[in-house]
Amino acid sequence: MKSASLGFVVRRLAQMVPVLLAIASLNFFLVHLAPGDAAEIIAGQSGHATPEFIAGLRHDFGLDRPLLQQFFIYVGRLLRFDLGYSAVQQVPVISLILDRLPATLLLMLTAITLSIVLGVVLGVASARMRGTWVDHAISVGALAFYAVPAFWLGLMLIVLFSIVLGVLPSGGMSEIGKAGTGLEHALDVLRHLILPAITMALFYLALYTRVMRTSMLEVLSLEYIIAARAKGLPESAIAWRHAVPNAILPIVTLAGLQFGHLLGGSILIETVFGWPGLGRLVFDALLQRDMSLLLGILFVSSVVVVLANLAVDLLYGFLDPRIVHK
Amino acid sequence: MTGLFSFLKRFAGNRAALLGAAVLSVILLAAILGPMLYAVDPFDMVGRPFQLPFGKYPLGTDVAGRDLLAGILRGARVSLMIATVATAGAMFCGLLVGAVSGYYGGAVDNVLMAVTDFFLTIPSFVLAVVVVAIFQPTITTVTAAIAVVSWPSVARLVRSEVIAQRDRDYVQACRALGMSNAEIMFLQILPNALPPVVVVASLMIATAILTESGLSFLGLADPNVVSWGYMIGVARSALRTAWWMTAIPGVAILITVLAINLVGEGLNDALNPRMRKR
Repeated sequence: MKSASLGFVVRRLAQMVPVLLAIASLNFFLVHLAPGDAAEIIAGQSGHATPEFIAGLRHDFGLDRPLLQQFFIYVGRLLRFDLGYSAVQQVPVISLILDRLPATLLLMLTAITLSIVLGVVLGVASARMRGTWVDHAISVGALAFYAVPAFWLGLMLIVLFSIVLGVLPSGGMSEIGKAGTGLEHALDVLRHLILPAITMALFYLALYTRVMRTSMLEVLSLEYIIAARAKGLPESAIAWRHAVPNAILPIVTLAGLQFGHLLGGSILIETVFGWPGLGRLVFDALLQRDMSLLLGILFVSSVVVVLANLAVDLLYGFLDPRIVHK
Repeated sequence: MTGLFSFLKRFAGNRAALLGAAVLSVILLAAILGPMLYAVDPFDMVGRPFQLPFGKYPLGTDVAGRDLLAGILRGARVSLMIATVATAGAMFCGLLVGAVSGYYGGAVDNVLMAVTDFFLTIPSFVLAVVVVAIFQPTITTVTAAIAVVSWPSVARLVRSEVIAQRDRDYVQACRALGMSNAEIMFLQILPNALPPVVVVASLMIATAILTESGLSFLGLADPNVVSWGYMIGVARSALRTAWWMTAIPGVAILITVLAINLVGEGLNDALNPRMRKR
């Protein structure tokens, strides 16, 4: 099993190469479709640009070379994690992104954890109490939260918890001017994390609850569950120890598939809550029309999704030993 | 005809789906007739800003004194149109790629599915943001961007349906009759593969409305038209003093998306009775 897993990881990593190349090509393609190249943008900012000046810039950027050559230079740069230079912020794109990535990952992982844990609990409860008012209430709630635009829900939660009740901060990641250390800082970040994480989690919570309910009902009707019942095992043990481990597999698949969706959603949530992550960076890049930054974010977030899919595949083999990665 | 009748009977037996269909009809009527019956320009400053709903203007006025009801009605038209056209575009591409991929198999399938999976990997909303930002936000670019990020899941679904059909006896019979591949693919196989695709299409309209609202909330909307997401984006600056301005367009999105989802699930139960959820 061990060596098979290692081979699997290596093969999966090798499979990533064409995907990454394709992402790079798409980025390159988009850059060249954009009206006006980098030279024109910089020239436009400088205010008084002669055609000779622009031609000089084009030469400096290598924009006068054949397209294919430019593409190879671009890929070569990517291999060295060089995503270009943000002309607006005057910093390499990669450092801007790496600065913001941890905040986004913290938000996303919190939201994923919340939505999976609560989604499984509610889905199991709903399935076990099928047809009762609890089941109906959970189903209606799931249906509603599945239809809410998350960014709007976030704004409404701000109205309720920050403006009316005044119990939670409406934005940011920590209190300004309150440097704090260690635990104090962690608690402060946690307080700021609550609203954005819940906002982000609710949509997926709705989805996972519904999937878990269906999956649980399917598993509960299988023969081994009937056997467990005949053996006289208590119902809760049947549900949690015997049914859930099998019923949870679709959730894991779904969570992996949703990772890209979650990253996209974080643009909106972070904009609403002023959360200093990648999403907020996208919004700033949009305001300043910073295309190299936008494309860099598209590239990095695609890479993050590819890595997340790999992680889910490995987790899958761990959760379901019947799946052997050869 | 009996097929249609039994489909309608099954659909009508689903109370939630009927409710969704009724609500959706009202929204469609409002989108089509609303701007004619309530002929107020949503960009006109009709009165004092920050007026409460149920006063002189049914839903009040926004931060610039524009009539909110006029915006909601125009927004309904814009949101539904963008979502429907984008879904149609995604369906067209998805059906084409999925059918060709599933029917021919082999190298064609490998290449097309590699492209499809690639588009499934890229975070779709980020891609939509980048595409709209590069080509400048207009109704056309927003619609195209939503279609570009939506077609891959259709292609995957259609492919698996076509694969399930392509070796059936009736397909062999068509071949023996001398039908061309295109005829078999699009006239014989696709109609049989369509029911699950119809369900996905209906749910995709709902997703497209959410995507469009998100894009316009970020400012990636055609500046010449009002949409619900744009209204939320504008009202947001007054969240502390006039939360209802943000709430109203959001409720419009919520109700519309919910109604479409209910109809979509009703279609699913009625079209694929064996796959009915318990």
